[in-house]
Amino acid sequence: MSPSALRNRVAIAGVGESRVGKVPDRTGLGLAAEAAKLAVADAGIEWQDIDGLLTAYSLTEPYFMLGSVMCEYLGIQPRYAASMVVGGATPGVMLHHAAMAIATGACSCVLIVIGENRRTGQSRDEAVAALTAVGHPNFESPYGPLIPALYGLVAQRRMHEYGTTPEELASVAVTFRYHASLNPAAQMRDIITVRDVLESRMIAEPLHMLDCCLISDAGGALIVTSADRARDLARRPVYLRGIGETHTHEHVMMARDVIRTGAVESSRIAYEMAGIAPADANVAMLYDCFTVVPIIEIEELGFVQPGEGGAFFAAGHARLGGQLPVNTHGGMLSHAHAGAAGGLFGIVEASRQLRNECGVRQVPGADMAVVHVEGGILSSHCTMVLSNSL
Amino acid sequence: MQLRPMPKIDADSAPFWAGTAEGELRVQRCRQCQQPRFYPRLLCPKCWSDDAEWVVTSGVGTIYSYSVVHRSPWEALADEVPYVVALVDLDDGVRLFTTITDDPDLVRIGSRVQVSFRKLSPDVSLPVFSLTADA
Repeated sequence: MSPSALRNRVAIAGVGESRVGKVPDRTGLGLAAEAAKLAVADAGIEWQDIDGLLTAYSLTEPYFMLGSVMCEYLGIQPRYAASMVVGGATPGVMLHHAAMAIATGACSCVLIVIGENRRTGQSRDEAVAALTAVGHPNFESPYGPLIPALYGLVAQRRMHEYGTTPEELASVAVTFRYHASLNPAAQMRDIITVRDVLESRMIAEPLHMLDCCLISDAGGALIVTSADRARDLARRPVYLRGIGETHTHEHVMMARDVIRTGAVESSRIAYEMAGIAPADANVAMLYDCFTVVPIIEIEELGFVQPGEGGAFFAAGHARLGGQLPVNTHGGMLSHAHAGAAGGLFGIVEASRQLRNECGVRQVPGADMAVVHVEGGILSSHCTMVLSNSL
Repeated sequence: MQLRPMPKIDADSAPFWAGTAEGELRVQRCRQCQQPRFYPRLLCPKCWSDDAEWVVTSGVGTIYSYSVVHRSPWEALADEVPYVVALVDLDDGVRLFTTITDDPDLVRIGSRVQVSFRKLSPDVSLPVFSLTADA
């Protein structure tokens, strides 16, 4: 396909998210189903209209064929279904696959759905397994890194090369918590300060507890269909204008440079497909498993020059009302994070911004959103450009 | 649940672990393009040749980055916190994930380090690094 073959071919016609945080009355599949039901209703479609399903993976309910299990649990028999495992990048990669499937006629309406009960559904052993899942089993995990330490290596190098400060890292968490305070659905809504972050418990230097994302029970869902069909449905279509992936490695020891990532290339592909420049976007949702990550992403996606990301957040430019509001829902640092569902909420929030539904946290006139997700240790990247007009 | 994660010796890595058990840090080197590689695997990631030899490295390198772990989920490591995990660039041209055995407060990016080996089991000796005297 040519670089622009997918431009505006599909749209997000409906979005849904479960209650998030501690939701002990739901299994992971139940959280997914709750979100799916809301997305179906939001789009104004019938369950029978769904002929494709993509889901991710679950550490708490590790079914061997989760895609087929999800179809079975929901009572649907689509002609296109799979489970995908690309870590945090999974929801972006799923949207890419859904777009290709619809554009080629393999199916016409894809339910993208992810749910996991990581907050209440994990035993201690399962939690440890989750913490070790990302490290190389033979050449990294024996040294006892938990995921924050793998990102701690990134943050330390970032500080070394660019002079990024702990205060700048903290300002990312403070920004997203402010946004979460405006989002009734968010898991953590109490305002925090830079000092709160710096005084929170050290987990893996230089990352404090409040530099780390939440662990949540959460499910999210999208209904994706052709742009033509979406125009006849209940909501204003959110067009997928551009999308790009780049996969450079998986294990942090194999990264050529831990602070120069595939986000540069994935965003270049997405912008080229969309025919836009970064400055055309008026809101961004950036993957924020740890505070250092959005600082790197906002530079690599071309919003600011290399080295300026920390100062951008510290100056409040990423807050609502600032130059480029980022993660207006609160991100994974304050809204919710449950495996692959974490990044999906960025797509949900971008869709709502482009539908002008965000109330007090609405970015006025938002018409172009950039969403970025990454998996592993800045290993697999997917950038999406979404807009509310062709 | 195991006390700590243990490496699995497999067909790719057996010569590596045989080396560490004998006090040698060995890596593969491509016989076609001379590119050294780590971790051990079948094909050269530069020229895709499957013709490789094992070479003994100097065991000396430089800290590329590090983090100090303050909370460990593993029983065997819980008493060792705070401990260091690090990426070390060997002078021989490969990067390893490892630990630095010195006081975490002394660890810096750019510090020179030297390998030693920590015996975890009769079969597995883990390469670990410590600051060199001139660091």
